[in-house]
Amino acid sequence: MAAIMAKEGHKVTILDLDSYSFRRLPANFEGSAIVGDGTDEDSLRRAGIEEADVFVVVTQGDNRNVMAAQIAKHIFNVPRVLCRIYDPIREELYHSLGLETISPTKVGAQMFRELIEGSGV
Amino acid sequence: MYIIVIGCGKVGYYLCKALLNEGHEVLAIERDSQKVERVAEELGSVIMRGDGCEASTLDDAGTGRADMLIAVTNEDEDNLVSCQVAKHKFNVPRTIARLNNPKNETIFKKLGIDVTVSSTNLILDHIEVELPSHPLVHLLALKAYGLEIVEVKIPPDSPVVGRLLREITLPPDSILTLVVSQEQEPRVPTGDTVLNANDEVIAVTKPEFEGALGKALTGKEPLEINA
Repeated sequence: MAAIMAKEGHKVTILDLDSYSFRRLPANFEGSAIVGDGTDEDSLRRAGIEEADVFVVVTQGDNRNVMAAQIAKHIFNVPRVLCRIYDPIREELYHSLGLETISPTKVGAQMFRELIEGSGV
Repeated sequence: MYIIVIGCGKVGYYLCKALLNEGHEVLAIERDSQKVERVAEELGSVIMRGDGCEASTLDDAGTGRADMLIAVTNEDEDNLVSCQVAKHKFNVPRTIARLNNPKNETIFKKLGIDVTVSSTNLILDHIEVELPSHPLVHLLALKAYGLEIVEVKIPPDSPVVGRLLREITLPPDSILTLVVSQEQEPRVPTGDTVLNANDEVIAVTKPEFEGALGKALTGKEPLEINA
């Protein structure tokens, strides 16, 4: 996602606890990659969150994502905050609390269902 | 009261024990089955296995009728989510979260957690009292008013020694309430009070002016023990 957005000309900064994950970035990636904790205010500030128009949080942990998203939204007032939450029930709750959330579990299940029903089974 | 405790490690276990002793109805929720077995053996059927961040688990636990939920796991984000799910989905009137990282205190407050307890800060505060050289000691936080009560020992080389209180400029929202010393009776300071070396001053201040107050009374830059 960072690669796509950077290619489209957006200024992208990646924050990750582990620099090893940066190996996946394409060689011509023009954004920046910073090692830091996305639920830590100082790390977020270092990554330039105060100037960000969009904040996307997609770590493997639902709770970590929820916390980082709320910090971005309520402490730093980032205009748009998007957050991945695997657990559909938790996703619903935080959606109703005003976060822009995506549950890949829910979306995936939906896509499978459409495939199955579309194929006439 | 019906109290749900999320996380039954050391803190959770002793918390459950204390709450049970006080006669409360307690249910602990713990992810690790070994811990669940151990606690069940010792305290009886006051623990269930499950993820305290999951609405379905909390539903099974009867969170809807809980008076309080206390989340004391090692992970701040898990404690945050447990409290938020309890509050927003089950309308639990009071939620308390343990903080492992003291930095998260303001964030949790802002996100609607009623009470936060920072184990790291508590330990620091207690150690601070025992440090003879430490000029400023936290005695009590009046959280509801954003104030705190601190004790400052006036070192012999402080610029305020021998001066009238009214000549000393204190930071805003800081009041000296009591002066205690070895030689004299405890006294409530007025503008005519003279501060002596080794006097101990009890003061009310705001956390943000604590460093400035310490500097005004001791002449030394504050130690950054809580940073």
